[in-house]
Amino acid sequence: MRPGDLLGSSWRAIRSHKMRSALTMLGIVVGIASVVLTVGLGLGTQKDVSEEIAALGSDLLIVSPGSSTDESGMRGGFGSGTTLTRADAEALASTVAVPDAMAVAAEKTASVSLEYGESNWTTTVTGTSTSWTEVRSRELLYGSFFDEDDLDSSASVIVLGTETAEELFGSTYVVGQELTIDDESYEVVGVLAEAGSSGDTSLDDLAVVPMTTMVDSLDDSGSSESVATIYIKAASSDLLSAASQEAEALLLNLHGLASADDADFTIDVQDSLLDAATSVYQKLTVLLTGIAALALLVGGIGVMNIMLVSVTERTREIGLRKALGAAPANIRNQFLIEAMILGLSGGAIGVAIGVGLAVALPPVLDSTIVISGLALVVSVVVAVGIGAVFGVYPAARAARLAPIDALRDQ
Amino acid sequence: MTATISPLHDLTAPVIELSGARKTYHTGDIEFEALRGIDCRIFPGEYVAIVGPSGSGKSTLMNILGCLDVLTSGSYILAGEDVSHMDEDALASARNRRIGFVFQQFHLLSSLTALGNVELPLVYAGVAPAERRERAMRALTRVGLGDKSRNHPGQLSGGQQQRVAIARALVTEPAIVLADEPTGNLDSHSTRDVLGMLDELHAEGSTIVLITHEADVAARASTVYNVTDGQFVGAGTEIAK
Repeated sequence: MRPGDLLGSSWRAIRSHKMRSALTMLGIVVGIASVVLTVGLGLGTQKDVSEEIAALGSDLLIVSPGSSTDESGMRGGFGSGTTLTRADAEALASTVAVPDAMAVAAEKTASVSLEYGESNWTTTVTGTSTSWTEVRSRELLYGSFFDEDDLDSSASVIVLGTETAEELFGSTYVVGQELTIDDESYEVVGVLAEAGSSGDTSLDDLAVVPMTTMVDSLDDSGSSESVATIYIKAASSDLLSAASQEAEALLLNLHGLASADDADFTIDVQDSLLDAATSVYQKLTVLLTGIAALALLVGGIGVMNIMLVSVTERTREIGLRKALGAAPANIRNQFLIEAMILGLSGGAIGVAIGVGLAVALPPVLDSTIVISGLALVVSVVVAVGIGAVFGVYPAARAARLAPIDALRDQ
Repeated sequence: MTATISPLHDLTAPVIELSGARKTYHTGDIEFEALRGIDCRIFPGEYVAIVGPSGSGKSTLMNILGCLDVLTSGSYILAGEDVSHMDEDALASARNRRIGFVFQQFHLLSSLTALGNVELPLVYAGVAPAERRERAMRALTRVGLGDKSRNHPGQLSGGQQQRVAIARALVTEPAIVLADEPTGNLDSHSTRDVLGMLDELHAEGSTIVLITHEADVAARASTVYNVTDGQFVGAGTEIAK
């Protein structure tokens, strides 16, 4: 039997039972569409997270106060202690002690209400040093950042994020305007360029003041020397771990601690955040893909079911074909190819629906779906494979039918 | 070996030679002897009818002759080829090359046109599409349905469907045409039509084996064998024309 004829007879059998073929494909269509969607969603989420973290800078070390690890491995006091000081930040900025650090900025934050005329807006005010823009990779949209003089004189100057400026003044070009905090007047010297958002927090709703101003006028924590976070920008991302080790050694020394186990601070690397996030999303993707694969398995069993029904229904046809000279292999191949064509068609339709949903859903779900060509090709191959695997048993049964019994079947 | 050349060169050698043919069926512990030693020779150009009541073993004989089943013991030589102990693939090939079936229920595939149905044996013989179509068309024309080649079986009368089936049986130029109650599902008009067709084929030199339980149908044949309890009763009866 010629291969073309084999394909032709399989194709005709599928076409002459449209409803049954459609039902057979349904399971595969649903399975493949969900695989395409879940893989796309997983990749999309991973991309979102990577971008958010990359926006923060991949050469950044974050030093937080407090770290005690109890016997259960839980960390206590993380981020809330007062063990990091402005002196620590100054020491870390030393090129001798931490040669691989390019810039250091300590941050002290408070939530305050900004007022301008009748409007007011509550935001996080950060007190920091002049190196903040470099460390946090931020640029100025208008005006300039405060300078060393402002820092020395505890000047009442403030730099705003675009969102904050918009909320308070109704526009972003607000350099030279005055706003008040607790009846004290501050001059807006600069507006930061937009940076998007990190997770749920906007990077554009903030106000920045000199650290001295923060300590003198805004901070009500009662510990003027302590800071919330020290950011260290490494000279390059390759030098991140070197900078981290230098910073750790220096801080242990400054705090009079002998071993890293006793550390009263924590140094995080953006990369480790990225790794953690990536691994979470990879696990999620594996889980979702597993569920989708289960749907595919059910689809495959559906193929087998309906192919078995089809073999029973077409017993007479099989008998006739055998009587006319079809060898068992001819019959087996016809059913196998039928199952594979159904898998291929189901897979292609499933991919089309999956891609369609991937285009239609993101605006509704507010999530990114990344369609990878490889995933689509693999999906279709898997669909054909499922047709083949689950078609083997029905095809073998068809091939085994004895022609006399098959012909006699009414 | 190709299916396009009729293997019957020697007109004196039998097309069918059954010797001591026995077939025993086992159903659980029960043994049933359907054929109990049949000897039979059919020569090229013969028109043979095999008659007998139901349960006589004539269907079993038809299955054996059609290579749809194998003997328990004894031998069956078909067109010079011993098919008694062939495996399934070889039997399929033997059916394809040597035998043209005509069934009581026509057994046409409804999804194919008349032409497609006639082509089917050639598909399994591996004949190329163009040659296949031409030969199928010739066979259809021979049974007088050249103008119905594109019709599907559902669009044809019972008599016409059986003619399509006869064309399908002829298309491979088989050693024998094996007709199993070919008129069983037809009205009297179509019956005459189909039997006339078989007479024509016989006149043109085809070897025909007809299985029937109707005496008047059997009367068309040149030789009649009576099967009872799995054995031939008496020798083949020559029918004088």
